[in-house]
Amino acid sequence: MGWLDANAVTLVNGVAEGMLLYMMAAGLTLIFGLMDVLNLAHGAFFLFGSYLAFQFGRHGNNWLVAFGAAVLVGAVLGAILAVATRPLAGRGHLDQALLTFGAAFVLTGLASAVWGYGFQSVSVPSALAGSVSVAGHQYPTYRLAVIVAGLLVAVALFVVIERTSAGAIVRAAVADRDILAAMGVNVHLVMGLIFVVGAVVASVGGMIGSPILGVNTGVGDQVLLLALVVVTIGGLGSLKGALIGALLIGEVQAIGTALFPSFAAFLLFGAMAAILVVRPQGLFGLVHGTRT
Amino acid sequence: MGARVRRRAPVAVLCLVLLVVLAAAPYTLAVYPLKVLTEVLIYVIFAMSLDLLFGYTGLASLGHALYFGVGGYTAGLLAVHYTPSALVGLGAGLGAGAVSAVATGWLAIRSRSVYFIMLTLAFSELAFSVATSWRSLTGGDQGLIGIQPASLPGGTRFNGVLNLPTFYYYVAIVAVACYLLMRLVVRSPFGLSLLGIRENEARMRSLGYPVFRYKLAAYVVAGAFAGLAGSLYVQYSDFVSPDYIGFELSALVLVMVMVGGAGTLYGAVLGSAFVVVLRDELSAAFQQWEAVLGAVFIAFVYFLPSGLAGLVRLAGGLGRGRAGRGGGGSTGSGPGPAASDVDLTATAEANR
Repeated sequence: MGWLDANAVTLVNGVAEGMLLYMMAAGLTLIFGLMDVLNLAHGAFFLFGSYLAFQFGRHGNNWLVAFGAAVLVGAVLGAILAVATRPLAGRGHLDQALLTFGAAFVLTGLASAVWGYGFQSVSVPSALAGSVSVAGHQYPTYRLAVIVAGLLVAVALFVVIERTSAGAIVRAAVADRDILAAMGVNVHLVMGLIFVVGAVVASVGGMIGSPILGVNTGVGDQVLLLALVVVTIGGLGSLKGALIGALLIGEVQAIGTALFPSFAAFLLFGAMAAILVVRPQGLFGLVHGTRT
Repeated sequence: MGARVRRRAPVAVLCLVLLVVLAAAPYTLAVYPLKVLTEVLIYVIFAMSLDLLFGYTGLASLGHALYFGVGGYTAGLLAVHYTPSALVGLGAGLGAGAVSAVATGWLAIRSRSVYFIMLTLAFSELAFSVATSWRSLTGGDQGLIGIQPASLPGGTRFNGVLNLPTFYYYVAIVAVACYLLMRLVVRSPFGLSLLGIRENEARMRSLGYPVFRYKLAAYVVAGAFAGLAGSLYVQYSDFVSPDYIGFELSALVLVMVMVGGAGTLYGAVLGSAFVVVLRDELSAAFQQWEAVLGAVFIAFVYFLPSGLAGLVRLAGGLGRGRAGRGGGGSTGSGPGPAASDVDLTATAEANR
């Protein structure tokens, strides 16, 4: 109890970071579940979101514009990438993954052409500045807001995927897309939409995360690496796994950075290697994901 | 017989020309291009080692720089604390690459597809963080300093520019030897079994091949050559830092293999030369060179999935088509069967 109390702020930070990771991991895991494609350009969506926050939100008053821009740019980039991977559908998953790998280079280069290579900082929106006192601890308001936003996204995705007929189609596509296509559903449209939704969530995540993580060209790769760890631990294709993995990694990252700064990365990848060695398909992985 | 000579002759001539060009390079090239060529040759070894894993065995690794970096640190530490001898560093790099590949490969080979990619990535990130945080040994993210200039066989010291031609010959000989060794490996029964595992692992297993051991052996051989390349690179640059283990280098070498054409070895040669030269030219011209490299890479994925080696094969196929038609006319038999006979004899010859 004493330890929990002493590290309460760190633990809350961990949840906030976990929520940001979840916003990356949700799209990654859905895209993988649907198309067996590890989207290595997913970090670029996050990157564009954070630069848009820098562009429109840096004076602390245009956050709605930044949000709209992040949604729009995320949707456009996601749609472009979904269309771009279409012609490779018959050529195996590796070629599609390699395409997204090239796209990540191109998008990161574009972002640095527009916004340069420097480290930028974004200040918290004025309405969410300051801190709130809960049970005797001062928590930064913004981190609590990030947690709320992440929970909203998680609940929305859960309700849509698990409780609506559109979600049933997505689940069916993850389970067996050939049968779904045979039943007359336009599977390519489903995949395209999931790509767009995943990109929008990641780019909004980048926007929300920018005051915490800072903005520079490396942030996309940095978050992508963590999100890859998250989806691998959680099991590729599983939204529940992505949420639990994200919270786990968020905490490992926050506690590690606070208590053993030089071993944070070691803890992180050590945890992943240990989980994969014991359970090669991740905690909630589908057997389907281990196919060739 | 005549047809066989005709078919094999161009390749032999090409190899001979290439060897002569390599041998003459210090006399024809200025200092800077010679340095670039030396660097390319080191990357060639590194890319070929990944090709052995990715192109021949079908194991896509996103953490292959781990073995390059381990070899590099081993050679670097030896040169700081014990001996500047280049050959000792080379052997130690090879050994360190192999040993670390046994340890990590034994775990990584158990997983498949994306999970294999993620485990290799995780191991290289682990090593990266060890190299960054174990300051007393590695110098942290500042890199290892105090590496003595490599002492080449014959006693000459290589120091950036001093004795560059000697160092170049040393690298060139090692690179050619590595190429021949790896060619031997991929054409051996062992190498053919690796191809079988790539194409149909279940069938190889049901035929009684110990697939796990074959894959692990491929992983270790690839790690050993990568470690050797890393030790050469450290002797070339007199420096080693965590970047030698990092994700970017793993990604770059994967790009080299893909652009060159996986599963051909000589594709890795073409790919490394292409990527290093492109990187140097682009980074001199634009700041956003990665974007252009990415675009080139995308173009390859779309239009030339078999890489530069595919282009070479296409050109070779056209040439052979023309020769085949001529040969068909003189022997009086149909060009189709005649051509396939020639192919069979040529393959048997090559396998002997």
